[in-house]
Amino acid sequence: MKPQVLTGEHFINGDEACAEGAIAAGCRFFGGYPITPATEVAEQMSVRLPHVGGTFIQMEDEIAAMTSILGAAWTGIKTMTATSGPGFSLMMETVGLAIVTETPCVVVNVQRAGPSTGLPTQGAQGDMMQVRWGSHGDYEVIALAPSSPQEMFDLTITAFNLSEKYRTPVFIMSDEIVGHMSEKVVIPEARKIRTVSRVKPAGRKDRFKPYQPGLLGVAPMPAIGDGYNVHVTGLTHDEKGYPVMSVDTQKEMMDRLLGKIRNNLDDIILTEDYRLEDADVVLVSYGVSARTAYTAVEEAREMGLRVGLLRLITVWPFPEQRIRELAKRVKAFITVEINMGQISREVERCAGTVPGFTAGHHGGAVVPPDDVLKIAKEVLA
Amino acid sequence: MKHDETAGMAHPLEDLVRMDRIPHIWCPGCGIGSVFTSCLTAVKQTNIPYNQFTMVSGIGCSGRGAGYINIDSFHTTHGRAIPFASGIKMARPDLNVIVFSGDGDLFAIGGNHFIHAARRNMDLTVICVNNLTYGMTGGQVAATTPFKARSSTTALGNPDTPFNLPLLAYASGATYVARWTMLHARDLADCIQEAILRRGFSFIEVLSPCPINYGRRNREKTLETLKKYHDNTIVKNGASPTELEVDFNKGVILGKFIDIEKPTCDEVYRRMYRPPEETTENRKSR
Repeated sequence: MKPQVLTGEHFINGDEACAEGAIAAGCRFFGGYPITPATEVAEQMSVRLPHVGGTFIQMEDEIAAMTSILGAAWTGIKTMTATSGPGFSLMMETVGLAIVTETPCVVVNVQRAGPSTGLPTQGAQGDMMQVRWGSHGDYEVIALAPSSPQEMFDLTITAFNLSEKYRTPVFIMSDEIVGHMSEKVVIPEARKIRTVSRVKPAGRKDRFKPYQPGLLGVAPMPAIGDGYNVHVTGLTHDEKGYPVMSVDTQKEMMDRLLGKIRNNLDDIILTEDYRLEDADVVLVSYGVSARTAYTAVEEAREMGLRVGLLRLITVWPFPEQRIRELAKRVKAFITVEINMGQISREVERCAGTVPGFTAGHHGGAVVPPDDVLKIAKEVLA
Repeated sequence: MKHDETAGMAHPLEDLVRMDRIPHIWCPGCGIGSVFTSCLTAVKQTNIPYNQFTMVSGIGCSGRGAGYINIDSFHTTHGRAIPFASGIKMARPDLNVIVFSGDGDLFAIGGNHFIHAARRNMDLTVICVNNLTYGMTGGQVAATTPFKARSSTTALGNPDTPFNLPLLAYASGATYVARWTMLHARDLADCIQEAILRRGFSFIEVLSPCPINYGRRNREKTLETLKKYHDNTIVKNGASPTELEVDFNKGVILGKFIDIEKPTCDEVYRRMYRPPEETTENRKSR
């Protein structure tokens, strides 16, 4: 048997690091479908999983891939899939099923430029609103954005931990650039990696309710065969899991689904500050674009401009409070992202009267730091 | 008042039914309840502990099956019962996984999943209640609706040719293919039992009336449908899948058509991909 955690220093790309993070987090099932630029995640999982007692299956499409990981998750194990834009679109219906049935799983989107087939081999961050709102109905999601292959490893573990803790799908919103970039990735010793597993129910089986909120508003989750005889449905259901077609039950269910995320924002939201203490202009960025923003901060500072960076590691739920606090003391926000304005809308929504700008890109390449600097200079002129 | 001899007696399948969800949603004259009863009878007949079973359904009237069986059960999205079940099976090959759903769910929106699970010989027992229409949405044309039959979206008759489901299953790689009607309750229960106990992708088509949304439009009363199931069917085990189209004028063939032994998806994966179990013996020899 190969070790489950490949402790040591590696020179690997982001997709491979993501797969290793999944294995280290305890993922034991991957349902996939080939798509550029996420294929390497599936390839790596296909090689690694059987050696750690896990299962890889390549399904007939992304709908099936996403659905298979929900079925597998209910056997009590950690599961994952990885895709890019077109596949992500196909997964959207099942994302809703994962949310409403409170099924933990991790979905990786290595974003490429769209719409439609777009630029399959070139990066973008155009699916940031799709991950938030792409499935029908009202809900909350957790989405993380790694900026490097190292973070593809680290945040994949974080994603599994959050999904198990909150019984919800967690998204890794990567992009082609981070996915295909090779850098040093340090994998720690297995005993130093913190992993979380879902809470299992205890007590009388005949009285168990699979959706009765426990710690943090999350219900314990049994596995198939544990003897709890649970019924799991995509219909609006009560705490017992039974369909109830009433407005009251809908409200109760929605409060539970939204509440477990909205009431635990401090635990879920991860951000990183860079030279924000005295900043007049705040760059807000995430994923590969945060690397552009970082360079822009350095260059701006050399010019004597007080520019800082708020890097969103957790993009959803959106760190509204942080933006609101910063808005009290800064002159402007510039959101740096490879789309023509998505997360920037959230920033502007929370910025109040403080002006917000977008240093965007149509997709296919990173935002040049000069584009950011140009806006910063105009703002501070 | 007459003494009720059944008072206080439990239904023999009560331990398998979520009695707190009864009454069910199925209409008077609908056949799904009979198919469901045969399915539960089969589960019971196997004598396998109930926690070694799971049931997965899609969407539609038949898709409500999973909501009434008192085991771990999953009512998924439209057409996706099979990939959900495949995920369960590959993660827990020891479980008996039953897919209980309808023709619209399994063969239109879910058709792609059906053919691929059959191709892989995924170890599932797939029961398709075929009522020739989309019942829950009010009787629209389905991939199984007979040529020229009326539906709410083909008021002048269905211009399309329906699937021959056993032929599709066989051509896709199913290793067990059978067809009954809901009227053949015992044959059906025994057939489902056999399918559960064997390994491999088993497909059982069950013809079942939808008097409200199909019968009414096609001038066919429930009892007339049942009479057709009785009079215009022929039991012919081993019949060629090519002669199995549903045409009551010619006579509809029932029985077990295919029963082939072939390694299942999970078995082959285990054998080809999982490293051999480490024994004390080969660890020493290193």
